[in-house]
Amino acid sequence: MKRILVACGNGIATSTVVATKIREAASERNLPVTVNQCKLMEVESMASDYDLVVTSGQFGGTVTVPVVTAISLLTGIGEDETIEEIMNFVKQ
Amino acid sequence: MRKGMIISKQCVFKGVDCKDKSEALSFLADKLYVEGFVNEKYKEAILTREQNYPTGLPGSEWNIAIPHADFHLVNRTTIAAAILKQPVLFHSMDNIKKDIPVQIILMLAIKEPHGQIQMLQNVIQFIRNHELLKKIVDEYTEQQIVAVLQMQLNQKMGA
Repeated sequence: MKRILVACGNGIATSTVVATKIREAASERNLPVTVNQCKLMEVESMASDYDLVVTSGQFGGTVTVPVVTAISLLTGIGEDETIEEIMNFVKQ
Repeated sequence: MRKGMIISKQCVFKGVDCKDKSEALSFLADKLYVEGFVNEKYKEAILTREQNYPTGLPGSEWNIAIPHADFHLVNRTTIAAAILKQPVLFHSMDNIKKDIPVQIILMLAIKEPHGQIQMLQNVIQFIRNHELLKKIVDEYTEQQIVAVLQMQLNQKMGA
């Protein structure tokens, strides 16, 4: 099962929306996934336990796993493409 | 049953004249403090956070900022709103170097440590509703905006 870490500024507000959308999209496709949330400043120390990092804000750090920026899941602009990108990763 | 969040008419403003985002953020944070929704540290946290983790969301028609701060600075969950007289520049959430003009500010005061999924999803639905945003900017009075926010942000998804 793929593990996804979703991060935003304080790990509460926008990451909650993004995490919920990822869980819903995975559930619709019957794809098992674990989604957890954290603050952007915690990403570097936590990322090694995950397969993918998704952030709503700008992430300037370095991690060894892929990072997807998902502001589209908030604004709606390019949302489907971002969901597909994440779901393609989950399917792998 | 969770009761709906209260949108205070003391925290919703139209035609606010601000020269920059700091003035706009301070204005709304002060109102939330005066009304008892947040504690005295909330404003400073909002201003600092906006520098480090900007909250401007670029829309196709309307850019919106959704400033917020840590839950432990919040006494009661609510949302304050300002429709500015003219837009001020915010940094975009996904690119701290990108400035976007913002006329609509929704300041989130969230008390729950794990967020409040329903309300946050309603906020996201709301900021994508360009027709409604246009009415809010062009037509609605403050009183109407309070009513719209109260309805839109408390609704159940899929209802």
